[in-house]
Amino acid sequence: MASKLPTSLEEIQTVMVETDVLVIGGGNSGCFAAIEAKKQNAKLKVTIMEKAHIDRSGCLAAGMDAINTYIKKGRTIEEFVRWSRSQAGGLIREDLTKSLAEVLNEPTEEWERWGLPIKHDEETDEYVTRGKWDITIRGSEMKVILAEKVREFGVEVLNRVVATGYLMDGERVIGAMGFGVRDGRFYAIRAKATIVSTGGAAGIYKPYQADSVDSHHQLWYCPFNVGSGYAMGIRAGAEMTTFEMRWCATRTKDFNGPIDTISVGYNAPMINGKGERILQKHYAHLGGEAAPRYIRANVPMEEWREGRGPTFVDTREMTPEQVRDMKIDYLNERPSYVLHLAARNHDPSKEPLEVYGNDPYIVGGHTASGYWVDVSRETTLPNLFASGDVAGGCPNKFVGGAAAEGMLAARSAAKRASETASAGSLSDQQLAAEMVRIFAPAFRQAAEGDGVTPREMEERMQRLMDEYAGGVHQFFRMNREGLEYALKNVRILKDQTRYLIARDLHELMECHEVIDRLDVAEVLLHHLMYREETRWPGWQTRTDFPERNDEKFDCFVNSRRDPATGQVQVFTRPYEQLIPGDRMKP
Amino acid sequence: MLDACCLMPDNRFLEVTELPPRVIVDKCDGCKAEKEPLCEQICPGDLMTLSEKTGKAYCRYTRDCWDCMSCVKICPQGALETRLSYQLGYYPAKLIPMMGTNRITWTSIAMDGTVERFVVPTRNEE
Repeated sequence: MASKLPTSLEEIQTVMVETDVLVIGGGNSGCFAAIEAKKQNAKLKVTIMEKAHIDRSGCLAAGMDAINTYIKKGRTIEEFVRWSRSQAGGLIREDLTKSLAEVLNEPTEEWERWGLPIKHDEETDEYVTRGKWDITIRGSEMKVILAEKVREFGVEVLNRVVATGYLMDGERVIGAMGFGVRDGRFYAIRAKATIVSTGGAAGIYKPYQADSVDSHHQLWYCPFNVGSGYAMGIRAGAEMTTFEMRWCATRTKDFNGPIDTISVGYNAPMINGKGERILQKHYAHLGGEAAPRYIRANVPMEEWREGRGPTFVDTREMTPEQVRDMKIDYLNERPSYVLHLAARNHDPSKEPLEVYGNDPYIVGGHTASGYWVDVSRETTLPNLFASGDVAGGCPNKFVGGAAAEGMLAARSAAKRASETASAGSLSDQQLAAEMVRIFAPAFRQAAEGDGVTPREMEERMQRLMDEYAGGVHQFFRMNREGLEYALKNVRILKDQTRYLIARDLHELMECHEVIDRLDVAEVLLHHLMYREETRWPGWQTRTDFPERNDEKFDCFVNSRRDPATGQVQVFTRPYEQLIPGDRMKP
Repeated sequence: MLDACCLMPDNRFLEVTELPPRVIVDKCDGCKAEKEPLCEQICPGDLMTLSEKTGKAYCRYTRDCWDCMSCVKICPQGALETRLSYQLGYYPAKLIPMMGTNRITWTSIAMDGTVERFVVPTRNEE
């Protein structure tokens, strides 16, 4: 039962927590980070700050049917880096990817020891594989299993506490602040080392499924991952990278469900309305069925634009047993897709499954968007480490990689915490300012009773981004004039956040979700404007610069918002190739 | 038809098809022994909560549901059912998980009444 929303500063109770390692966001990556910190040094106090409940928070809420990055016997780390590089159009941080690959298999094998069912080949006892880097799991309850281990390792878990900003001592991060969405209290958690693992950002763009009000969250990516970790870093002046490499993918139409389950798992090719095998017929020069992810992602949109839609994955060659296995895969990841099939009497062995693009997300586990980190996973803000979807430069991490990166960040953070005598000094002024910023929508509701609801503001932002910044309704296409219009209006919205009102603690959380999304959207627009070329059609399509421009843009586009002025500076960082070969080829 | 509707805090009834997580109010006991209902404890979107007026759980914004079925899986009374919004899938298909220690037994009922059952392991046997 939620407490009452405070209506004045005097009513607010403060909870002060002292810890050694703070993990912000208890999803897959954060839970693995917390356990690893305890494994490194059991004497350290480790605290997870989680806005939901760690048993079901983040991307694994409904489960997962595959680990899409597992280095199987006979495959090498170099091969993995080359593959990931080619899938990302030649732009990754090879140092980060290589260090991730070195530990990539550890979490999956640990999960299995903890009880996660993974299929083994009866003859070789190796994992049963699906595609080049994928293994099939029965992951419906994998997050519950992981959360049990977090508790067993003695990690302190603060469920239902929303993080809103970092505690700073000069340039150094010394923890985080936030509020309890159940108890209505202000939280200040001081830590010797902090790991941010809050996930990526959904809900920046309008989804096409949003029929008036009834299906606003029919998203592929977890709709409760709103980019808060990015936003906290942006506000504190952290360097960010490659936001313009958006994650748009081919998804099951209307449901927005994963498609690799079918296309990789069961070799079902994409076909268009004319029955043509699209990749073979129109994209043979780019690799055909093995074309990079962004090419495959953009296929349905191009077919519709060319008048050859709708688009499907052709499941008609599947046997009834395969259809049944496919349904079990979905029950382990997005069970309601089986309900979606049932609600259309859809037999995939008789009719192909329709596919379409999704609303774009900013997700560093799939593309390279996020914090600019070093190999130890430390961000440009000292003592702040990043892992999982919030960490940039290292795409194609997926579930196994996000977990492995949590482990890497925790090894560095535990070492830092063990070597640090005192976290740093708290400033009362900083605490007071954040408290006012957090509860302002509640105070406005109490004082004025009129203003802007978080929902209204979210929908205005999502429509702007969709229509002027390359959303799904614009077939992912954009130009400078549209981006400038979106930026002008996002700035108006950011100014109008002072009119936000909240009637309860849930709405207060929604207010901060839209505030955070606006900070992400602003930086995203700067990145999209800066890259005056088209490097990844679909992920980033500039109609005014339709070609790739290697002379100017074969590099990382990074940004930093100056905390003093609010100005966003955009600049480039050179590409560093460690593993030789054509970067566009696996 | 009381059990086909959701009783909102203001005693208003909502139509079934507006509700992805549908609360069968005859079955929901509000988890009286808990400090808050299990569905409220678990929902990753902070959407399930308890009506003070009725003592039953309800979803505060059904449009914000992700259909992850965490609440359906954890409900000890089997009082929750996931529905897709009608705009995306036809009435009256159902998907019901029965939770066991190491497995889930799923029952899928298509819009034409076809029933399929799937037994899926969730944990290795001890």
